[in-house]
Amino acid sequence: MQQKDVLQMKPEITDKQLTAKPTITGSEAVIRSLIAEGVDTIFGYPGGAIMPIYDALYDFQDQVHHILVRHEQGATHAAQGFARSSGKVGVAFATSGPGATNLVTGLADAYMDSTPIVCITGQVAAALLGTDAFQETDVIGITMPITKWNIQVTRAEDIPAAIAKAFYIARTGRPGPVLVDITKNAQFGEFEYEHKKCEYIRSYQPLPELNKSAVAEAAALINQAKKPFILCGHGVLLSGAEKELINLAEKAEIPIGSTLLGLSSVPVDHPLYVGLLGMHGNYAPNLLTGDADVIIAVGMRFDDRVTGDVSCYVPNAKVIHIEIDAAEIHKIIRADVPVHADAKEALRELLPLVNNARHEAWLEEFRKAEKKEYEKVQEKELYPKQQELKMAEVVRLISEKTNREAILVTDVGQHQMVASRYYRFKNPNTNITSGGMGTMGFCLPAAMGAKVGAQDKTVVGVIGDGCFQMTLQELGTIYQSQIGVKIVILNNNFLGMVRQWQQLFFDKRYSSTEMVNPDFIQIAKGFFIPGQKVTERDNLSAAIDAMLAHDGAYVLEVVVEKEDNVFPMVPAGAPLSTIRLE
Amino acid sequence: MQKEYTVTVYTEDRIGITNRITIIFTRRGINITSLTTAETEIPGVYKFVITVMSTREKLEKVVGQIERLIEIHRAFVHDEDEVVYQELALYKISTKSLEQGDIERVIRENQARILTITSEYFVIEKTGHQQELLDFTKVLEPYGLIEYTKSGRVAIIKWSRRFHEHLKDLQKKEAAIS
Repeated sequence: MQQKDVLQMKPEITDKQLTAKPTITGSEAVIRSLIAEGVDTIFGYPGGAIMPIYDALYDFQDQVHHILVRHEQGATHAAQGFARSSGKVGVAFATSGPGATNLVTGLADAYMDSTPIVCITGQVAAALLGTDAFQETDVIGITMPITKWNIQVTRAEDIPAAIAKAFYIARTGRPGPVLVDITKNAQFGEFEYEHKKCEYIRSYQPLPELNKSAVAEAAALINQAKKPFILCGHGVLLSGAEKELINLAEKAEIPIGSTLLGLSSVPVDHPLYVGLLGMHGNYAPNLLTGDADVIIAVGMRFDDRVTGDVSCYVPNAKVIHIEIDAAEIHKIIRADVPVHADAKEALRELLPLVNNARHEAWLEEFRKAEKKEYEKVQEKELYPKQQELKMAEVVRLISEKTNREAILVTDVGQHQMVASRYYRFKNPNTNITSGGMGTMGFCLPAAMGAKVGAQDKTVVGVIGDGCFQMTLQELGTIYQSQIGVKIVILNNNFLGMVRQWQQLFFDKRYSSTEMVNPDFIQIAKGFFIPGQKVTERDNLSAAIDAMLAHDGAYVLEVVVEKEDNVFPMVPAGAPLSTIRLE
Repeated sequence: MQKEYTVTVYTEDRIGITNRITIIFTRRGINITSLTTAETEIPGVYKFVITVMSTREKLEKVVGQIERLIEIHRAFVHDEDEVVYQELALYKISTKSLEQGDIERVIRENQARILTITSEYFVIEKTGHQQELLDFTKVLEPYGLIEYTKSGRVAIIKWSRRFHEHLKDLQKKEAAIS
């Protein structure tokens, strides 16, 4: 056939075709909208109902780095770690059915700990919804109470707006997890794509208007206080109010105690920092909370682990509660001065209204209690005379050898409390842990996500032997994606915190808490990750050096005292004043 | 102290919003005794009227947690004297009773009205507060009451003017944006 003939065979182009905008598939729209929202990293796991989205992702590998995890729970925790270390929204992909249900723990964890993540799940085609189709599950219903917001999208053209809204909701106000469930027909559907960022939802006011008279009232209370005390929560980090908080504390010489998630807001060597609040926190802040006459609670929610018995919590104090989430105000502790606001904005407004003041005698009380804790607890933990290694000395050595600059990721239990007590935090956002949910298995995937989110930082995950075995398959992800995270397993061959409670409250009846463990180093080797096991104090320092010097991931197992207890301790539901040192 | 409260919730029109609201009551073990919902005078804004037995302290926390939901405008707890409310009841009665002379008086005196009559039964309607609607069943019992059914509550908040103006403002703002 002549070329001329071929040209003549082409159908005429209609006017309609000339003016039509190019259409793309819903799947491609998902990826384009994520890129438009600034996403460059996704943690996920493919499967039937999300395959079209993974197919679209194949064309964007130069713009979006997808990290293939080994279990969808790992994807959510990795997204959490990523969000906490980078300050961006973490993203996780999962398929329908079991893929979606495996996200539940991570979503609940992110909801409790105010972590901005967006999870995208594939779903069976809209026509099959509600029919018990293969891998169909009502993920919207399941995740309703554990997400800040969720939405099911059944038409391709609704995808960009849903994703824009998801990111807006996840990162604004009190951050939290959002789930977007996209049916397979919506992924295949074609439409004229346009992505518009969401900046307004008429029923949602993420940034409350600051009530200046409440701030003035707060200032008046602070100016009269003899024993003021600041409780610093996660909200301080989330709003970037670390400096404002320290300025306030310094101006009126107010001691600062921190919640578990508030850790790293204030450097631990700051003269006004008095330690960790709560069940296994420091002695001084717990003991003296009850003596304070004005409590300035900033970005925290009076968790029961912090308050102990609420009926005798802060009996002598007026409470100022600065909090962005209105539902937290008066929820547990009635605030005398509620300040419904972003922490940074409220503290900025408050500072000029607060008078310079000195509270030397009050601070002296903290120092005295601190000294008592050091003598009765810390000295023995940090410089033990016994042969067996203590968790505290391991953590302290890591703290020193990382120049206090590592991002510390912890799991849940004794090792978590010890790490939170003995790591000497210096910079904001260097503490990542599962607080509200207390999710065992959080650390390994979260540490991996944290490292991806902060490549230039050293990320050390401190994990118990029990926790490690809940998500250890993520070593596969660490190896495949070459994530240079340092893993320290503090192995006491026990579910230590449960065992501690059994010892103290259940007559030493150690029901199902002793672990017969595998060879962790051999497991790491199976994933081509180097490591070593330390059983002797003499070898610890060199082993930590080797771990930190190694270019890439490393697993260090440290065998620690088998039946060690974490003190101080406030028994669950008991008044803070009953805090025990031994 | 446990007593009956009316909770009103103003929402966007969204699939699953009822579920989102009710699970917050469920978490705290509060039983919903009635629930009514319909669109308000502002298109796209729905109002839920929920009655529960609980304490004000608990309900204020519940309402806070409901307001935290993205598609909720506001939620309120009301004592009985803060709202004007009505409920509607239908009563199905055997037609035989019409032969007894004074059913007409009973209907008239109780400000009820007949909706329909068949050879077997007739249905009367009465509005009021739940106790009087229930009490009326006792009056009707001797006449052969077959069935009684009652709606949830509809309520107007006495001080709602400013809030409804706020909703209208939102609507104008929305129109201006799009």
